[in-house]
Amino acid sequence: MIPAGFDYHRPDSVQAALSILTEHGDEARVVAGGHSLIPMMKLRMAEVPHLIDLQAIAELKGICIDGDTVTIGAMTTQHELITDDALADFAPIMREAALQIADPQVRYMGTVGGNVANGDPGNDMPGLMQALDAVFTLVGPNGTREVAARDFFEAAYMTAREDDEILTAIRFQCPIGGQAYEKQKRKIGDYATAAAAVILTKEGGACTGASIAMTNLSDTPVQCLASAEALVGSACNGEALDKAVTEMLAVIDPGEDNRGPVEFKKHVAGVILRRAIARAWDRG
Amino acid sequence: MAKQIITLTVNGETHEVAAEPRELLVYVLRERLRITGPHVGCETSHCGACTVDMNGKSVKSCTVLAAQADGAEITTIEGLGNPDGLHVLQEMFREHHGLQCGFCTPGMITRAHRLLQENPNPTEEEVRFGMAGNLCRCTGYQNIVKSILAAADQMNGNTSSSSEAVGHSNMEAAE
Repeated sequence: MIPAGFDYHRPDSVQAALSILTEHGDEARVVAGGHSLIPMMKLRMAEVPHLIDLQAIAELKGICIDGDTVTIGAMTTQHELITDDALADFAPIMREAALQIADPQVRYMGTVGGNVANGDPGNDMPGLMQALDAVFTLVGPNGTREVAARDFFEAAYMTAREDDEILTAIRFQCPIGGQAYEKQKRKIGDYATAAAAVILTKEGGACTGASIAMTNLSDTPVQCLASAEALVGSACNGEALDKAVTEMLAVIDPGEDNRGPVEFKKHVAGVILRRAIARAWDRG
Repeated sequence: MAKQIITLTVNGETHEVAAEPRELLVYVLRERLRITGPHVGCETSHCGACTVDMNGKSVKSCTVLAAQADGAEITTIEGLGNPDGLHVLQEMFREHHGLQCGFCTPGMITRAHRLLQENPNPTEEEVRFGMAGNLCRCTGYQNIVKSILAAADQMNGNTSSSSEAVGHSNMEAAE
């Protein structure tokens, strides 16, 4: 399994990468860690005559916490997310989620930017970014623009990013309250059968705010507004918890595949959401 | 799609090889440089038999393009030890029967080496979690974990092995 031939480019700035992208149009694609794109190229399901490797662009790397905002360069790897103690204090859900992605070798290469920009419904960061209400920075020939994670994912592998744009950074505010990322997978390295990102704030024993997003249960991540609303004012148990699960089940749309039939996936989604809510509540 | 000159420093020795950018690092190592420690197993970045150390990170060399590796420093099993001077991990794999057919072993040991560089004194759970990207079809992993814990002990200068209790503690981390 060897990819079809391509010309390889390794620019050292975003501007240089953009000009190669503009020059070659549809024939060019950027590669970050390559652990989604290279397997597709090996299977000849992706043909990329001009491959633009972003590894030498220093401005795309690093985690910068400024007050209550963090900006993470697109080329920051999952391994770097896991080992950054300041980020783990700021948003512990990032480390918790990143540890559940793929395996150690893949996490050294896989990047947060690639994970979100690829638009693969199986990827974990898109749902997490929606739960965190993150914003993505896109740079193109006409300048820079920002798109909310909640508006970014349009369909499987289809996002708001234009072909001539590069996703350069993600940014989000410090999440307040208890957080949990819960994932069910068949084996190490597999995508989720179901996963849930939950952030809950609590005051005097009652939930005052909730943010919930589910992964790999539709062709995009699924933000669950009605589920979150059902929890507000409750102690995240009893009828409110049941309603949150029911509302989640009403908005997911899993397909049957080798992870199981639709009914099984819905069952797992309910179990995972309950676990994530319980854990986030305990941590709140 | 012409060949380009790719510079790789492998086990301390710098090589300039002509390769097409699309070639996979594992094939450049095996077929152009005749460094055959990294094995081609699944070739789909699951099994870890092709694991090498690239710029201080464990990577699956079946999922790295030759061109991406241009300029990189690479360590393979050949760079860790040899028949006249085994690395302590190799010694411990022999001692604790950490291999049967041996196909996964170069990847296992290369990965374990990086794991112990980052975490010189891991728990059993941390070893299992840190080795989760390497598959073995023979051993059932027990003796691999035992070997790595024993190597950590040796590298930390402890003479008595604490690895005898392997198999009795919580294995949740590997899930």
